[in-house]
Amino acid sequence: MSIIKIEDLHKIYNQEQIPVRAINGINLTFKAGEFTALVAPSGAGKTTFLNLLGGLDSPTSGSIEIGGQRMDLLSSSQRTNFRLHNIGFVFQAYNLIPVLTAAENVEFIMELQGVDKKIRKARSKELLAAVGIEDKSDVRPNKMSGGQQQRVAVARALASNPKFILADEPTANLDSKSTENLLDIMLMMNEKENVTFIFATHDERVVKKARRVITFEDGKVIKDEVKD
Amino acid sequence: MLKIAWRNIWRNPVRSGVVIMALVVGMYAGVFSTTFMNGWMLQRLKAGVETETSHIQIHKPGFEMAEDVKSFFTGESEMVKRIENTSGILSVSSRIVVSSMVASAETALGGMVIGVDSEKDTTVVNVNGQLVKGTWLQGIKRNPVVIGQKLADKLKLKLRSKIIIRFQDFNGDFTGGAFRVAGIYKTRNTNFDGSHLFVNKADLRRLCGIPENTSHEIIIRCSDPNAVDQVRSELALLVGDNKVETWREISPELGYLTETMNMYMYIFVVIILLALGFGIVNTMLMVVMERVHELGMLMALGMKKKRVFIMIMAETIMLSGLGGFIGILLGVITTNITAKSGIDLSMWDEGLSEMGFASIIYPKYDFEIVATVSILVILTGILAAVYPSLKALKLNPSQALQSE
Repeated sequence: MSIIKIEDLHKIYNQEQIPVRAINGINLTFKAGEFTALVAPSGAGKTTFLNLLGGLDSPTSGSIEIGGQRMDLLSSSQRTNFRLHNIGFVFQAYNLIPVLTAAENVEFIMELQGVDKKIRKARSKELLAAVGIEDKSDVRPNKMSGGQQQRVAVARALASNPKFILADEPTANLDSKSTENLLDIMLMMNEKENVTFIFATHDERVVKKARRVITFEDGKVIKDEVKD
Repeated sequence: MLKIAWRNIWRNPVRSGVVIMALVVGMYAGVFSTTFMNGWMLQRLKAGVETETSHIQIHKPGFEMAEDVKSFFTGESEMVKRIENTSGILSVSSRIVVSSMVASAETALGGMVIGVDSEKDTTVVNVNGQLVKGTWLQGIKRNPVVIGQKLADKLKLKLRSKIIIRFQDFNGDFTGGAFRVAGIYKTRNTNFDGSHLFVNKADLRRLCGIPENTSHEIIIRCSDPNAVDQVRSELALLVGDNKVETWREISPELGYLTETMNMYMYIFVVIILLALGFGIVNTMLMVVMERVHELGMLMALGMKKKRVFIMIMAETIMLSGLGGFIGILLGVITTNITAKSGIDLSMWDEGLSEMGFASIIYPKYDFEIVATVSILVILTGILAAVYPSLKALKLNPSQALQSE
């Protein structure tokens, strides 16, 4: 059963002057538990697509339905609330909150959700252990390596029990070993918690691990391949 | 949320430190100068009331600056007794007051001669406590006079020097008498010292020719300085047509002194806070601009704009509250220390005395003033927080995430 259904999605920037068609008629569905890579050269619309999917931006036309909820019909505040409870984000630049420790970063999302402090602490400990950095729980991001920070980001993305995680070039700043470790962790979480992962990437190592690869060009899907 | 806001303040300790220091200095200056001025004005007020005017004075209508020697009331001793038996009265004394010319061997000057009961008068006002030379109307057999230091200097008088005091008597004729200086006083008000002479009431009565059991002025000291108005109302019923005035009516400038000074101080504090407020706005705008990407990330993760707004507000209020609190605390501590030791401004003694002000100032802490300044600091923090917070509110998460 598909959890995400996208129909005839368009995003045009700068409509009044020189229009730029970032997304140009995309139709896609994603099922629960998928591990999908969106592959495209820079400027092909990957990040715009993730922003629309994550409710960070509104489409010019078309619809996005997530778990039966039409995203394009929600107000900005409703989309924020929807993101908080349904979508996890992993960014290229880690984007941890610099003034919080690893554990506090993971707890932060649950705090926004209003989860009880005891439950937050237990879940954060469990997630940091799952990504292999429980020993860094009291360390702030600036004292961690890029790989460690990205693992915290994955733990944070999972903390809210999201329906799916959007990862925008999550391995772009990591070395090979860290990339392998991170992908293994994500795969493990994908299998263990049945969380859908959607990557925007042009990293071959991610593409190799993905079970489905969607190729974009000029804001359109030109190839959608499911591996055996 | 508050934890993040608090830690965010310390991400750039130098910048936050500068803002906090500015607030500390501003608030310290605001609070200390306010308590300093408050103490200074209260000293002037206290000295004015305790030395010059007393709490309440009673005169016959028409007595204006002792211009008419006939403006006396009769049955003085009965009236004084009735007043003494009124509740809230500590002491009462009656006086004869005439405008006069005072001449020494060198020169002559105008002055106000006050005939007093040498013992009773000292229970109401304290000129006798401010003698720098001689005694209070003692040690001279006939017609002793106590004069101010300034008058003594102008007339070139010393102790036991002889002066001639001339004035109009009861019949309108010019009269006068020779007096010898028994004492020289120096109050904080050189104008008072330069124009007021104290003699025995009996001597003055004899020279003026006004009847026994009469006087021009009754001065009253209340047990509670804050109950002066209430006592005045009671006395007004007691003394018939005579005029009962409190020190505020006799010397309105004394009454306005503290109120006017407080108003000036609040204006001063508001100007300081306005200047600081713009500094805070500038700093917090820089903070928001530097953290556009991070704020976008927080919104992407699901932090509502309302919460982002509150976070920036909280940061600004904490920043200004911290600086304001330290500044106010230091101001109060300094006030308490200097309230005991005093601040010596004697290098400007001459000028200050001309205006009736003391040259050693004892700042006085006033809870109302400090509380008002504290509220003003918090208000400044809130107002300064609004614009940067609104800037943060307008951020679009997808665009903010793309910024560096």
